[in-house]
Amino acid sequence: MSDFAIKVEGLGKKYLLQHQAAGRRYVALRDVLADKAKSLFGNRKPEIGNRKSVEEFWALKDVSFEIKQGEAVGIIGRNGAGKSTLLKLLSRITEPTTGRIRMRGRVASLLEVGTGFHPELTGRENIFLNGAILGMRREEIKKKFDEIVDFAEVEKFLDTPVKHYSSGMYMRLAFAVAAHLEPEILIVDEVLAVGDAQFQKKCLGKMQDVSQKDGRTVLFVSHNMSAIGELTQRCVYLEAGKIKAAGVTPAMVQQYLSFAVGQGGIFQSQSTQSPRVDRVEIKTSRANQVQISGEPMEIHFTIEHGGPRKAMCFSFQLINQFGAPAAHCWIYDQDQPMCREDSRTVLKCRIPKLHLNVGIFYLRTYLSEPPGGHHFETLEVPLSFEVSIVDQHTLFGWRPDACAYLEEFNWEVA
Amino acid sequence: MNELVIEAGKTERHYWADLWRYRELFFFLSWRDILVRYKQTVIGILWAVLRPLLTMIVFTVVFGRLAKMPSEGLPYPVFVYVAMLPWLFFSSALAEASNSLIINANMISKIYFPRLVIPASAVIVCFVDFLISAVILAGLMAWYHVLPGWRLLCLPLFTVLALLASFGISLWLSALNVKYRDFRYIIPFIVQFGLYVSPVGFGSAVVRAKCGDLVYQLYGLNPMVGVIDGFRWAVGSDVPLNVSGLFTSVAITVLLLFSGLKYFRATEKAFADII
Repeated sequence: MSDFAIKVEGLGKKYLLQHQAAGRRYVALRDVLADKAKSLFGNRKPEIGNRKSVEEFWALKDVSFEIKQGEAVGIIGRNGAGKSTLLKLLSRITEPTTGRIRMRGRVASLLEVGTGFHPELTGRENIFLNGAILGMRREEIKKKFDEIVDFAEVEKFLDTPVKHYSSGMYMRLAFAVAAHLEPEILIVDEVLAVGDAQFQKKCLGKMQDVSQKDGRTVLFVSHNMSAIGELTQRCVYLEAGKIKAAGVTPAMVQQYLSFAVGQGGIFQSQSTQSPRVDRVEIKTSRANQVQISGEPMEIHFTIEHGGPRKAMCFSFQLINQFGAPAAHCWIYDQDQPMCREDSRTVLKCRIPKLHLNVGIFYLRTYLSEPPGGHHFETLEVPLSFEVSIVDQHTLFGWRPDACAYLEEFNWEVA
Repeated sequence: MNELVIEAGKTERHYWADLWRYRELFFFLSWRDILVRYKQTVIGILWAVLRPLLTMIVFTVVFGRLAKMPSEGLPYPVFVYVAMLPWLFFSSALAEASNSLIINANMISKIYFPRLVIPASAVIVCFVDFLISAVILAGLMAWYHVLPGWRLLCLPLFTVLALLASFGISLWLSALNVKYRDFRYIIPFIVQFGLYVSPVGFGSAVVRAKCGDLVYQLYGLNPMVGVIDGFRWAVGSDVPLNVSGLFTSVAITVLLLFSGLKYFRATEKAFADII
């Protein structure tokens, strides 16, 4: 017998898309009755143009993979690739149309933190409620109660209704409950995308503990390649409902990011929050998002800051395919006044000589107003570029994992 | 190690075992809703008391004083209140449960659990209201010196019948409500209509006198007729129990319950996709 924890065979999920008159999202009894009545009394055959066309859509098709016990596996892919559908099937929220899933051990899935939290209930009450929703026994919750409260750092507010919590406290409490589940298999969606950077780190650390120290099986979906890189050893790369590739994480991340390279160098935010980074344009030294190490590079950021700001601060990291930040560039209002007028400002960063090693890099941006400690946004920009090296020892096998940064240096041979 | 197999079209297998495993969730959800209900409304428990009490006063005036309906040997307020009790439970259970799945849509699309837990806990919350209002009944009976006999011991049986009838219909309504979003407009109508076809303000003996025996027997097709007649009989009304009518009500309740369960489970699988 093999030692798999999750075995997926020929999994598929079909949805029926009904192309109906615009504005109708749900089936209404009224329409059903009207249609029935029409077909009952009307002798004429329904006109072709009148008929609703029903289209089949396979959100997931013929997906098979196996995950061994104690493995941490990432699921990556663009939006709409079927990641969420896969998680929903694994968590038994919906039923597969074809195929089979076998799972060994207690499964807990975390598609969202704080599901079932009720704003009127106190922190204490919500811990019990949420624990029960996540499948913990009452005894278990009691045993872990102090640990949970400790992790969430909310001792003082335990008996306050959570509607009075700050969003940060709310998130911490919600994650804390989830983090103390003790399943053999943990399925996690992109829940880490929320909360402040420090807390994200804490969550990531906790998840790392779960998979590495406790030897549990973790299935993790994220767009955050650095989190994927840190947490998982293997990845399944989904595209259009099918497995495009599967293998060790660095190779998969590279493949995923190199796909993004083909996307062109412009990112336009869909977010409506303000302030935010609204647009990012990477101008590499060569076409097709190829940057030659040692050549200049420019990145333009359009900041939407919703009115004049007094002390904005913006910075970004260049992160390599292993999730390691290789460079950090920043601009502070106190050094160079910005965002003081209007509501949109374009910041152009010019890097005269990009000293990065070969590989694929992407950006993470931070937008804040430091005097009040106000952090607006951390953004994983879904753009990447490829750094290559020309005219430099082509015989030398340049490898992305040799280093992250290429220093300028001089030698003297004495 | 226990192995879980999820296969297309075969998720039904563990259903009842799962329902048992998730009993704590059922408990917690009911507890949450009860807690929230009495936390949110300022008058809290008073609401559970005032609603039947005020309705009882209105009905006593309209049916007892103005229409001068017979009250089966009970003081009119007791006569009305004892019917009001199961009726209000039934109608609020219907209203609450039918919306319960929609209200908890977020949970349904994010977490697995037997969905049956949700309408069931909605019914239980209304049942707590029912128990609170029942205390008033005891007070009313003491005030009017109505001495219940051994028949009162049968009251729990009729309560169970009310509970099952409410749950059966709730299963239908909650599932239909997910599937057809305009169904919720029909529910207040059903509840209102139901009040007129149930013997709340008047006794079912009136129906027999005016419409004849056949209608009286068929009247039991409304499951609340059996429940309400039973409640009145248990506190000492002088009309003998309509046994065949009661059996009709019981049969209808069982039918509703099983068909409701069947329909609910058939549609349940798709809830997360369409909610």
